[in-house]
Amino acid sequence: MSNSKFTRRGMLKTGAIAGAGVALPTIFTASSVAAYTNEPTGGSVTLGFNVPQTGPYADEGADELRAYQLAVEHLNGEGDGGMMNTFSSKELQGNGILGKKVEFVTGDTQTKSDAARASAKSMIEKDGAVMISGGSSSGVAIAVQGLCQEAGVIFMAGLTHSNDTTGKDKKANGFRHFFNAYMSAAALAPVLKNLYGTDRNAYHLTADYTWGWTQEESIAAATEAMGWNTVNKVRTPLASTDFSSYIAPVLNSGADVLILNHYGGNMVNSLTNAVQFGLKDKMVNGKNFEIVVPLYSRLMAKGAGANVKGILGSTNWHWSLQDDATKAFVKSFGTKYGFPPSQAAHTVYCQTLLYADAAQRAGTFNPCGIGEALEGFEFDGLGNGKTLYRAGDHQCFKDVLVVKGKENPTSEFDLLEVVEVTPAGQVTYPIDHPMFAGGALGTCNAG
Amino acid sequence: MLGMNKNDTTMLLLVAVLTMLAPFILNPFPTESGWAQFNAGYPDLMQRFVIFGIFAIGFNILFGLTGYLSFGHAAFLGIGSYSAVWMFKLLSMNVIPAILLSVAMAGVFALVIGYISLRRSGIYFSILTLAFAQMSFNLAYSVLTPITNGETGLQLTLNDPRILGLSQTADGSIPVTSLFGLEMRSTFEMVLGPWAFQFNVGYYLSALVLLAAFYLSIRIFRSPFGLMLRAVKSNQQRMNYTGLNTRPYTLAAFVISGMYAGLAGGLLASMDPLAGAERMQWTASGEVVLMTILGGAGTLIGPVLGAGFIKYFENIFSKINENVLHGWFGALPDGLEDLLVTLVYPFVGKGWHMTLGILFVLVVVFLPGGLVEGGQRIAAWLRRKKAGKNTPTSTIEPAE
Amino acid sequence: MDAILLQILNGLDKGSAYALIALGLTLIFGTLGVVNFAHGALFMIGAFCAVTVQRILNISFETVDPTQTDFLGNALIVKTPYLEAWFGPETGGSIIDWAVPLAILFAIPVMVFVGFAMERGLIKHFYKRPHADQILVTFGLAIVLQEMIKFFYGANPIQTPAPEMLSGIVNVGAIIGMDIVYPVWRIVYFFFSLLVIGGIFSFLQFTTFGMVVRAGMADRETVGLLGINIDKRFTIMFGIAAAVAGLAGVMYTPINSPNYHMGMDFLVLSFVVVVVGGMGSLPGAVLAGFLLGILESFASMNEIKSLIPGIDQIIIYLVAIIILLVRPRGLMGRKGVMEE
Repeated sequence: MSNSKFTRRGMLKTGAIAGAGVALPTIFTASSVAAYTNEPTGGSVTLGFNVPQTGPYADEGADELRAYQLAVEHLNGEGDGGMMNTFSSKELQGNGILGKKVEFVTGDTQTKSDAARASAKSMIEKDGAVMISGGSSSGVAIAVQGLCQEAGVIFMAGLTHSNDTTGKDKKANGFRHFFNAYMSAAALAPVLKNLYGTDRNAYHLTADYTWGWTQEESIAAATEAMGWNTVNKVRTPLASTDFSSYIAPVLNSGADVLILNHYGGNMVNSLTNAVQFGLKDKMVNGKNFEIVVPLYSRLMAKGAGANVKGILGSTNWHWSLQDDATKAFVKSFGTKYGFPPSQAAHTVYCQTLLYADAAQRAGTFNPCGIGEALEGFEFDGLGNGKTLYRAGDHQCFKDVLVVKGKENPTSEFDLLEVVEVTPAGQVTYPIDHPMFAGGALGTCNAG
Repeated sequence: MLGMNKNDTTMLLLVAVLTMLAPFILNPFPTESGWAQFNAGYPDLMQRFVIFGIFAIGFNILFGLTGYLSFGHAAFLGIGSYSAVWMFKLLSMNVIPAILLSVAMAGVFALVIGYISLRRSGIYFSILTLAFAQMSFNLAYSVLTPITNGETGLQLTLNDPRILGLSQTADGSIPVTSLFGLEMRSTFEMVLGPWAFQFNVGYYLSALVLLAAFYLSIRIFRSPFGLMLRAVKSNQQRMNYTGLNTRPYTLAAFVISGMYAGLAGGLLASMDPLAGAERMQWTASGEVVLMTILGGAGTLIGPVLGAGFIKYFENIFSKINENVLHGWFGALPDGLEDLLVTLVYPFVGKGWHMTLGILFVLVVVFLPGGLVEGGQRIAAWLRRKKAGKNTPTSTIEPAE
Repeated sequence: MDAILLQILNGLDKGSAYALIALGLTLIFGTLGVVNFAHGALFMIGAFCAVTVQRILNISFETVDPTQTDFLGNALIVKTPYLEAWFGPETGGSIIDWAVPLAILFAIPVMVFVGFAMERGLIKHFYKRPHADQILVTFGLAIVLQEMIKFFYGANPIQTPAPEMLSGIVNVGAIIGMDIVYPVWRIVYFFFSLLVIGGIFSFLQFTTFGMVVRAGMADRETVGLLGINIDKRFTIMFGIAAAVAGLAGVMYTPINSPNYHMGMDFLVLSFVVVVVGGMGSLPGAVLAGFLLGILESFASMNEIKSLIPGIDQIIIYLVAIIILLVRPRGLMGRKGVMEE
């Protein structure tokens, strides 16, 4: 009898055939049979999609699930192929991954790191998933990334914007396609400078947890570098629903720009409250008062309605882009579900394709092989232009969109317009940048 | 046996058999069958069953015996988890010191919070404990981030200054938690025909701790101390009039149940070295209250059943998605298949909360004593049925 | 000085929501002796009454506009609300604009009905059961109500704006010669809550019905012995409490876009408010609501936050602990209510 670190269902399938009819228990030693965690041995491979299905981000999670389902269809050669047709790498054949049919399991992260890990663990231990993907917040992404590193499976991060995911908490088994707070700041700063000038006083309201802090730090650094003055940085409790007592002091603070480092429901409420207090129409120091929301989510922006009009922010991707890849994806998604995909849906679709392609190129599902195939991989045709998966920190470098709330939306999806596409070169930073310092990738773990 | 009466011995033995054979009992369906979705016999969930069982047993010592309803017990679970992870970071990956520190820290906090909160009773006590727990949660999430790592939760890293042991293993990964070298995550697998059973070291450690915790709780229930606590529940005023100061007894019960929570927190961290702040949120405190009432407050086995019930729904029902449903009903004609999927879908997957809510209502309406009462009714019905066979003329009485 | 006055105003405004929710909760505690964990859900349902009215008023017919395209490149389908087509864009538009105030008329019967249904269908079987069972059943009910709303309306917040006329800002400091601007709708909310609170108090104080209910709150058994059907009255009280929670929800929607879990966000807070006010005391609940609102506002001032970091995260709980330790039954609680 020997022990294995994690269960291997793929191995069990062969075991089941071999052991059928045997009266005595057959005890298998995983290490002698399988080369890595959950090696798929049958005709299919299982991916684990771990998204919030309850709690405030449930709708975002539902949109991610739709995109995963679409990606799996395309990988298995069903549907119109979506971005597989525009993707620069042509390895994927539409016959699954490495000839194995793609199957998937889903779970609920509840946007809690604890629950997310429990759900990911059940996918690894019970369902034999070789890859975990998804999530709608950085805390969850970092927690699950840590788990995948220990378990020896690949983690393809979903929506996570904190610098830490590929900064101080980066892991060899974890990969992020989504952009981060530093990139948001680097992309926004030149646009802010053009539109609002260099002589501005900024007031930050920041959600009091790690993601909020990294974004506040990034934006403050970028705006101060172009001459803005930071009047105040105020932390707001996560559980706040009414931000009025934090907005009220802004009125007489002398600030003429309000930066809301909030996401999701917090963003909707703080923006609504800020507009209620008349900040959008206010004049300070002879200048028009401005509000900035560095990280936009179109799904959530809907909850703020007309309040988003004219307000600047950044996103990873937007359905109104006019390149072929975006068009193909929007068509594929829109035809199936009847509305355009969100940026969360886009990033997880890309991640699934990128994983599949890496496995195909590596010729194995071994996380170390896939890691090597993704490291330093340059690609195009996934809606963000030329993109690099940097080897040193597993972060994608691509163009960042600066967007603005649309003044005259033509439909309920038409909330944002792209103001500028900041080229990847402008948002790239050295691996040892102080905002990303303090962690190490470590070595890849195959279980 | 062991100073217990016959009934209690039987119950303890029953729990022992159930926990030891859990990998078989929880995996009744062959791995490849459609029903395998309902299998719960994988290490993570089995660990959660017994660990939350310990948490609920501890909670029941306070609530079931004294009637004091604490709405802040999750704080002790969280404190236990943080203590354990810090022990792994600073001292060693052995789980024993980590669990000991968890229990001790939770005990200290319980003593302070209990001392203050027990000055009031009834709902005033509940709100005091709730306030303490919510303060801990809010601070852990924000201001105390250097200690708790806030939103992400406290994790191990590659450069932890571990005194006894390595910061990282030879191949550059984080060492794993162990009991004198026996890794918590080691799993033995047994394939028996189409079935696969998993035996996990961490689970068996937790299960042994659960048995010890259960035994201790039986002894407390049956001791003069337990009798005193019950007296507090039935009429505290009368106790006070007789010149007896009940506060030391209730405080002792509070601290013991806080230490149980700390033990559960330490075990959770030992199985998976991460301590998240959400463990201290009021919803987590509410969960253990629900587990206890659902299972049957004041009964010995009830809280464990309640814990298993809730964790099962959280982990199994949330994973049933549309694809799985289509898989189940695939054999039916298309129209019927779609109809069934549409009907069932709101109650599984993202709707698992709904099912849980409905079951809470049903259980509390029809089984006032919780799941334990359900079990008793079935047992009574079986007995009557048996008796009925022997004497066919006897009339069947209603259940109440 | 301006800053302090502004925060007092803000506290009163926040406090009015707390007070309204706590008032309904106390009515149920006080009259029926039931710990109602579904009260937050009633507040949420009220808010979704406003969303529903907004949706109803916005029922539209579709026309195809070939000059524009939608996201798939097809001709754009333009939606025009029937109201605008019938009454012209001007009048029709302003009816839609007043959706939230109109929702009050819709919410009152809906909430009273929901309250009756809850009380007759479920809660009444739990009067004699322990509080723990009441918590379990009402919590289960809250989850079910919440999930139903999520099923139909999704999890994202839904914007429900105040009427154009009431959505600007006003300088309330002008009267005393200072410059204190404040959103109009929040002031409306404050006065609305005063109106509702005043209404409930006078109803209990000056009507025979109210007198019997108050007598029932004090001593249920004796009132029952006098041959008065107190049960029926309590059902009505439950309906009224539900309506109060619902109205608080309707009027709250322009302040923050409603979502399905807003009830749970308020639940814990409203229990703290009720207990700080003292069990069974209506004036206590109202007082505690405003008090905690003001303290919360002060704690979020930068000057105070820099003095004690994180104070705004815990102020409510800290105050609750201090008050309960100094005054055993909260601010105005009666002896023996929910003390076992």
